[in-house]
Amino acid sequence: MSAGDHTPVDGNAGTFLSVRNLSVEFQSEGMPLRAINGVDFDLHLGETLCFLGESGSGKTVTMRSLVQLLPPTARIGGKVWLDGIDVLTLDADRLRAIRGTQVSMIFQEPMTALDPVFTVGHQIAEVVVCHEGVSWSTGRARALEMLELVQVPSARRRLDAYPHELSGGLRQRVMIALALSCKPKLLLADEPTTALDATVQIQILLLLRELQRELGMATIFVTHDLGVACEISDRVAVMYAGRFVETGAMAEVIDGPRHPYTIGLLNSTVHAGSERGKLAPIPGAPPDLLDMPPGCAFAPRCSRVVAACAERVPDLVEVAPGRSARCPRTGDPGISLPGPTPPGFPLPRE
Amino acid sequence: MLWYVLRRLAYVLPILLGVSIVCFSLLHLAPGDPLTAVMPEFASDQVIEQIKRSYGFDKPVPVQYLLWLFNALSGNLGLSQVANRPVLDEIVPAMVNTFQLAAFGIGLSLLGGIGLGLLAGYTRRLVTDRAITTTAIIGVSVPHYWVGLVLIAILAVTLGLLPAMGKAPPSPGFGLDDIRHMILPGITLALIPTGIIARSVRATVIDVRKQEFVQTLQANGLPPRRTFLHVVKNASPTVLAIIGIQLGHLVGGSILVETVFAWPGTGYLLNNAIAYRDIPVLQGTILVLATFFVMLNFLVDLAQPFLDPRMTRQ
Repeated sequence: MSAGDHTPVDGNAGTFLSVRNLSVEFQSEGMPLRAINGVDFDLHLGETLCFLGESGSGKTVTMRSLVQLLPPTARIGGKVWLDGIDVLTLDADRLRAIRGTQVSMIFQEPMTALDPVFTVGHQIAEVVVCHEGVSWSTGRARALEMLELVQVPSARRRLDAYPHELSGGLRQRVMIALALSCKPKLLLADEPTTALDATVQIQILLLLRELQRELGMATIFVTHDLGVACEISDRVAVMYAGRFVETGAMAEVIDGPRHPYTIGLLNSTVHAGSERGKLAPIPGAPPDLLDMPPGCAFAPRCSRVVAACAERVPDLVEVAPGRSARCPRTGDPGISLPGPTPPGFPLPRE
Repeated sequence: MLWYVLRRLAYVLPILLGVSIVCFSLLHLAPGDPLTAVMPEFASDQVIEQIKRSYGFDKPVPVQYLLWLFNALSGNLGLSQVANRPVLDEIVPAMVNTFQLAAFGIGLSLLGGIGLGLLAGYTRRLVTDRAITTTAIIGVSVPHYWVGLVLIAILAVTLGLLPAMGKAPPSPGFGLDDIRHMILPGITLALIPTGIIARSVRATVIDVRKQEFVQTLQANGLPPRRTFLHVVKNASPTVLAIIGIQLGHLVGGSILVETVFAWPGTGYLLNNAIAYRDIPVLQGTILVLATFFVMLNFLVDLAQPFLDPRMTRQ
């Protein structure tokens, strides 16, 4: 199909990324494993959406499925429109053409995500050369420009450095430079600060926030760290067992979580002031994706469970303008407990 | 980098010294008195003493060793007891023949091993991979001299397609006949290295392709041929080390193959030297082959940092 014949699903002209009923199944031996189920969202340029959840909740798989960067056993269903392009129907060549130029990705562990036997300058230049058909010297000039953009000190000298010769923070800066080298409009960041020291984490977060504003990119940020999510994102989608369980503006979700899982997540996060408050871990463990409960996946761990929870998977219903939650009791009085004080680093905001 | 070269060299020298000691000891370890062959029958004690002195056997063993080493280093490996000519004159033409055949075998095994290994690594668990892996195991397990005999029986004797024995008669230049004589011994010689190289290339390629940076390359939309280059460069240090060892084996281990095909190389020379108890030739040939093996691996070590920059830092 041609790229131009699509009108954004919600009719909103500002929507850059539109995802409808996205699902991912892994064909393992025996039963297929459903990792993602019915994910819907829209994203505008300049906006940051955060996927928040525990390991195995499907955050990373959701993000990777947007550019089909999944193992060959994965079957992706649903629709992904990126700037009017139906991404999931693209052939390999067209998909390659948008990877790096329209959508780029930053990985968690920059040591292993960069090729150890090529200089960082070469790796950045290579992407530019491949996509823009320019000469290697132009590619190298762009690499230098990018390293300066991500504030790598003595960038010219670092062009010829190998990844192992750089510190973790510098490596992640290089990773960001690599991802941004062809000016993508959507940046996918997969736990980009998790592998870094706390002090370096903040620097990288600030850099990402700054670049995202400067370049006006849409950003999807995957993290399990509530503090990081607070700092970087405008909106949040809390994920549990392959589904969005709560979505909304970051600040609103933190201030008044509607889904019991979000409440549990907030209560089990160590943050400023928690020496006074109580740390309350969520009992139990996430469900086995091969053996899901018939109703709400969170029901077995939920303290507010009612009979309706076990009947069928609750719908994601709008509970306030721009806020949704997947819980039959969101309307009940008392469920919208005042959340804990917003966690996070004391970073300057605006 | 210079520091790296010096450190590698520091590993090589003791090994070479060890090799020379082993070669020298052959004389004393081999059963029987080395002088029996030159000693006249019923020699008087005085004559025996005199002969011992003329051969330097009256000196203490360490001194004998140093004299021998000094001579060997200046190219004097002694006299062949059978041909009665300098050992070096025996070794040099044999060496040339061995290297000629080895180069052919190496070419075959690199082509086959790397090609099949890549194919298997990229089609993991598919039919091609299974076929190649199985063939490689058979290739490595079957005795190569036996395969050589089978090849002779089928291709040379029954079908008469290729010559069974020896080297082409000397002629100006290097012609088709030279190649025809090299095909059967070349294939036989290449069999084991091909299998081992194919298996290590396959394993390394699979390993490299699992690494995360390959996903980065894909996420950045690089075409498959560029991703392939990254995989190859990452796999090359491991594969090169194995190739180095295999090439050494190929040259050193040609003794059986050269005997089966009557190829006048070092293996053939060694075989005859053993049969006739020609210890100087044995010593010289082993010394030269072992030095070649050590130097080959030294060169591989030197090449490694160019492929993997992490190697120079330790």
